[in-house]
Amino acid sequence: MSGASSLAAGVPVRVRTGEPQTHCRTPHYLRGKRGVVLRALGRYPNPEELAYHKPGMPPLTLYQVEFDAAEVWGERLHEGPYRIVADIFEHWLEPSVQPAVPGHEQGASHDRA
Amino acid sequence: MTVHDHGDHSHPEHDGHDAHAPVDDLDHYAPESLLMEQALRELLIEQGVFSAEDIQRQIDLTESRTPALGAQIIARAWVDPAFRAALLEDAKPALGGAFALDLANTPELTVLENTAGLHHVVCCTLCSCYPRNILGIPPAWYKSREYRSRVVIEPRSVLKEFGTELPAQREIRVVDSTADMRYLVIPLRPAGTEGWDEERLAALVTRDSMIGVSQALAP
Repeated sequence: MSGASSLAAGVPVRVRTGEPQTHCRTPHYLRGKRGVVLRALGRYPNPEELAYHKPGMPPLTLYQVEFDAAEVWGERLHEGPYRIVADIFEHWLEPSVQPAVPGHEQGASHDRA
Repeated sequence: MTVHDHGDHSHPEHDGHDAHAPVDDLDHYAPESLLMEQALRELLIEQGVFSAEDIQRQIDLTESRTPALGAQIIARAWVDPAFRAALLEDAKPALGGAFALDLANTPELTVLENTAGLHHVVCCTLCSCYPRNILGIPPAWYKSREYRSRVVIEPRSVLKEFGTELPAQREIRVVDSTADMRYLVIPLRPAGTEGWDEERLAALVTRDSMIGVSQALAP
């Protein structure tokens, strides 16, 4: 996705959905969930290609993303509150229309629905 | 290398078996996976991808990394604010300098600090990612389906089963190591250890406290 390689801390994002038939490092329980970028962790070869002995180039930016447990689990949540942090590659992230974590609203004011 | 990867399955002191009984190291593995490992290893050696010596060297390196090393690192971080700051800022260079560790060709590492307000607990829901370059082989429970699936949905309950009851107001962050970054936790320094030297402090730092399922031992 264009622009995703420069997500700043505090930017609200949504993890893409989908069931690619490949090795991938985006857990199912976070797909479609909204979170907030904590920081960029650097660029790494795409694991979805590395798994098939391809070079995985160009490297992709890996982001540390924080999720609110209530956003992740919804009705299933039976303890909390707490947060989940996971590392998600840029091509799995898209801009979110609203922040999912209270207190992390920086950068979200212009696209709040 | 499957067998070497899963070296902590046998705990004779816990399962009531005779400690001198022969080890049945085929017990936990399907014969086809053992054959697959052997065939793959032999092919890779034959193709010159790596040598048998390389494998042995890697096993030796992995086995040289133990929670005792992690405990020394944590104890240093507790007593040396400049080292702690460097460790939190960029862990691998800080460790390469202070502990002369060769961390080249090992995954990236981030160190997380537990505080009176925030507790980190680390997992890998997808497989068994773990800061092996510091702590060595992960415990069997870390790789279990139960831990991996439950800690992200009921962390307080899981922590309680490890004997860890956190104050209700302490925020929890479950860190799922999903990709190229590994995570090591600096547990909260126990009260009553003021003035202790690094060696005494290191004795309070358990493996589990560096994963975040426990706190450091009380003095």
